Amino acid sequence: MSNHVEITTEAPSRTLAESGPASSLPRLGMAAPAFEAVTTHGKLRLEDFRGNWLVLFSHPADFTPVCTTEFLAFAAIAPELRERGVELLGLSIDSPTSHIAWVRNIKEKFGIDIPFPIIADSNKEVASLYGMIMPGESKTETSRCVFVIDPVGTVRAMIYYPLTTGRNTDEIVRLIDALQTTDKHGVATPANWKPGDKVIVPPPSTMEEVEARLKAGFECTDWYFCKKSV
Amino acid sequence: MACIGSQGELTESARKMLTALEEPGTAEDVAARTGLPLFRVRGGLREMAEAGLVELNSGTYSPTQRGLALLPA
Repeated sequence: MSNHVEITTEAPSRTLAESGPASSLPRLGMAAPAFEAVTTHGKLRLEDFRGNWLVLFSHPADFTPVCTTEFLAFAAIAPELRERGVELLGLSIDSPTSHIAWVRNIKEKFGIDIPFPIIADSNKEVASLYGMIMPGESKTETSRCVFVIDPVGTVRAMIYYPLTTGRNTDEIVRLIDALQTTDKHGVATPANWKPGDKVIVPPPSTMEEVEARLKAGFECTDWYFCKKSV
Repeated sequence: MACIGSQGELTESARKMLTALEEPGTAEDVAARTGLPLFRVRGGLREMAEAGLVELNSGTYSPTQRGLALLPA
């Protein structure tokens, strides 16, 4: 049987022109794209966050209800994140004036301060660098994207939500806890893990490691499936 | 510019950073002295350097005469 690869001549459903402006997509484990941007806290660069974790997140538009609920939720977790060495940085393609007016409106209507800066990405520069615009959803708004960037500037996690669906900020805190636990202890975390739960010991890659593991006192269901407390 | 207001006066955060630099220091020193987030101090000091209010030598910031002149006596 040959390794024949079937080549289709069927035209793609969307042409390149229809797919919208060129937009890159960060990759997990790679350096986060550098930027300098106007924000509600002045001009900031990605490198200004070096040494801290950063949650860079986009929202579709100011003065919209789902985004307002999200900003209230992000403001609520800001102190927890700060305790973990994490800064928040919002983004939409609205103007600085719009951001400021919206932040003031949230304070007036909900009594909540928005403590983090928001990028006014009017020219979509940062949105394009991070692949935040999904032309199939909207060509003029950023989708609900989250990028977790570690203290040395590496993209560690990405979450993409559609325009219709507000994010779960508890999950973002949980994700940060999981990533920091991984870095601190050299372990992985299982499904639905939360702090205090047992963690996964990375699978062994040699027979010697298998033998050592079985004597190490881990909670093992099988040689490749071991947990421990940290 | 975030460090200077519409009337040419220092903004509150810029005044805090400049006051903290009466003894020269790094961005980390300024963040510790002011309680401002480090990212904001880094961005603010960069803008103040561009405006000629502080100068940077070997990672240490110090106020310029122009910067000191904007602080209340």
